[in-house]
Amino acid sequence: MTTQTAPQREEHPRGAVAVEVTGATRVFQGSAGTVTALDGVDLTVGAGEFVSLIGPSGCGKSTLLRLIADLDRPSAGTIEVFGRTAEQARLAHDYGIAFQQAGLLPWRTVRANIELPLAMHGTGRAARRERADYLVELVGLAEFADHYPDQLSGGMQQRVAIARAVAEEPSLLLMDEPFGALDEMTRERLQGELVRICAETRAAVVFVTHSIPEAVFLSDRVVVMSARPGRIREVVDIDLTRAARSDEGLREDAAYFAAVTRVREALHHGSPAPAQGVELR
Amino acid sequence: MTRRLAGAALGLATLVLLAVVWELYKWLGPADGWSIGEARVLPRTSDLAMPHTWEILSRLADPLTAAPGAPSLARAVLAAGAFSFGIALLSWLLGVTVGILLALGMQRLRVVESAVLPLVILSQTIPLIALAPLVRGWGSRLYLGPVEWEPWMSVAVIASYLAFFPVAVGALRGLQSPDTIHVELMRSYGAGWWATLLRLRLPASVPHLLPALRLAAANAVVGTVVAEVATGIPGGLGRMILEFANFASSDPAKPWAPLLGAVLLGLVVAGLVALIGLPLSRFRRVEVSA
Repeated sequence: MTTQTAPQREEHPRGAVAVEVTGATRVFQGSAGTVTALDGVDLTVGAGEFVSLIGPSGCGKSTLLRLIADLDRPSAGTIEVFGRTAEQARLAHDYGIAFQQAGLLPWRTVRANIELPLAMHGTGRAARRERADYLVELVGLAEFADHYPDQLSGGMQQRVAIARAVAEEPSLLLMDEPFGALDEMTRERLQGELVRICAETRAAVVFVTHSIPEAVFLSDRVVVMSARPGRIREVVDIDLTRAARSDEGLREDAAYFAAVTRVREALHHGSPAPAQGVELR
Repeated sequence: MTRRLAGAALGLATLVLLAVVWELYKWLGPADGWSIGEARVLPRTSDLAMPHTWEILSRLADPLTAAPGAPSLARAVLAAGAFSFGIALLSWLLGVTVGILLALGMQRLRVVESAVLPLVILSQTIPLIALAPLVRGWGSRLYLGPVEWEPWMSVAVIASYLAFFPVAVGALRGLQSPDTIHVELMRSYGAGWWATLLRLRLPASVPHLLPALRLAAANAVVGTVVAEVATGIPGGLGRMILEFANFASSDPAKPWAPLLGAVLLGLVVAGLVALIGLPLSRFRRVEVSA
């Protein structure tokens, strides 16, 4: 319903547009009839842009992410990632992905888990090792590099999953509620780390979340969706000046609260009852 | 290490306890056993039916027969055990190979699973005793060029028929065990079936596969001994059990020797399979969700 172009930003080596979704519709055939999870969604994500998808349960935000990742196919509409089809982009390893569960392979150490995508794509042993060394440092797990996932806390596992997602320096990161299962403290710390990593890698991010403050803190734009059928209701631009500010400072800024309010109003606009499944904390 | 020693000691103590129970029953039990109507539910305790444990053991050191130069009974049992061990090992390898190939086929194509799995389960309802003469008959009519089909090969095939089953079922469960999240992760890496198999499905199948391999080993031993009995081929423990049964009244301790040999064979094979599990311990870690 809204097609917005990304705000103008500096030249990106992969071109101006990371993801171009046009008229994406996804209909599921269930035993209880058909369910329209997504209905004619248009969305453009600029290169290096951080876009959050937020909305009540069943609004199709995860479905949209899965379509971009080519883990699912649209019933109608097209999806382009860096000018290619979603399938070509997947096969070309154009994106890194993280889910709500860390999904680490239990028989691999932290280091070996981070190296997994590199190993699958034929990166040499020495280069893999060097990259993994850098990444465990980046997510603050250097001393746990040789531990197995079952020896780590949930937050640490999720950090490994994020390191694994960025291991190949993808130009696009797809994240499906990666912090959803974590406690508030860990969550805020990892949000800070994610902002830092994104600034460093200049990756575009599509981030699915239930949490308004999380979406506002992380994003350049917040896409507010509505359910049954899943549609984009509104796109809220977030203009927080990040430079030289601490995360805490930003979270206590008036502009931050103003943005939270705008997203909240967009979510509740047109629906008298509070939207279900959205955390207002 | 101390835990392993304690385990071994416990195993030994159980063995001693078994001997004590044997002797106690022999001492206290009624000489004619105990019957309900026609059916005897407890065995007779005569020296013919239940020789003393020490007699069974000391008989092992005595010569096999009265003929001069005959080897000791223990030697003969060990030789027969070695013969059966070779066949059991071969049938285990055969069964494991067939089982894993079947599981891979079933994992790869749902159609194959629907078509083959019922047959796999059905196959185990056919009694081995009925199958053995058939296989032996087919084998003798096989023409393999310079290689002649030996009767022991029939035994290996029959035993592998028992051994493949737990592997096919266990490996299939193992290959299908990865979570959706892991399968989708592999898909996001653009990994095909082979890469997913090597990086994800095979490692994930190890916790299901190891018990299946152990079951297959037990089945291979039982299958070998039973098939030796059913086909009557000489050299192994099965034939020895048949032959020594004739001595039940004249030399009552002797028939127990090949049974001890079969127990030893089972222990050796189980031990070998346990060795396979040692280098694979990291694949038995379980995932703890966040």
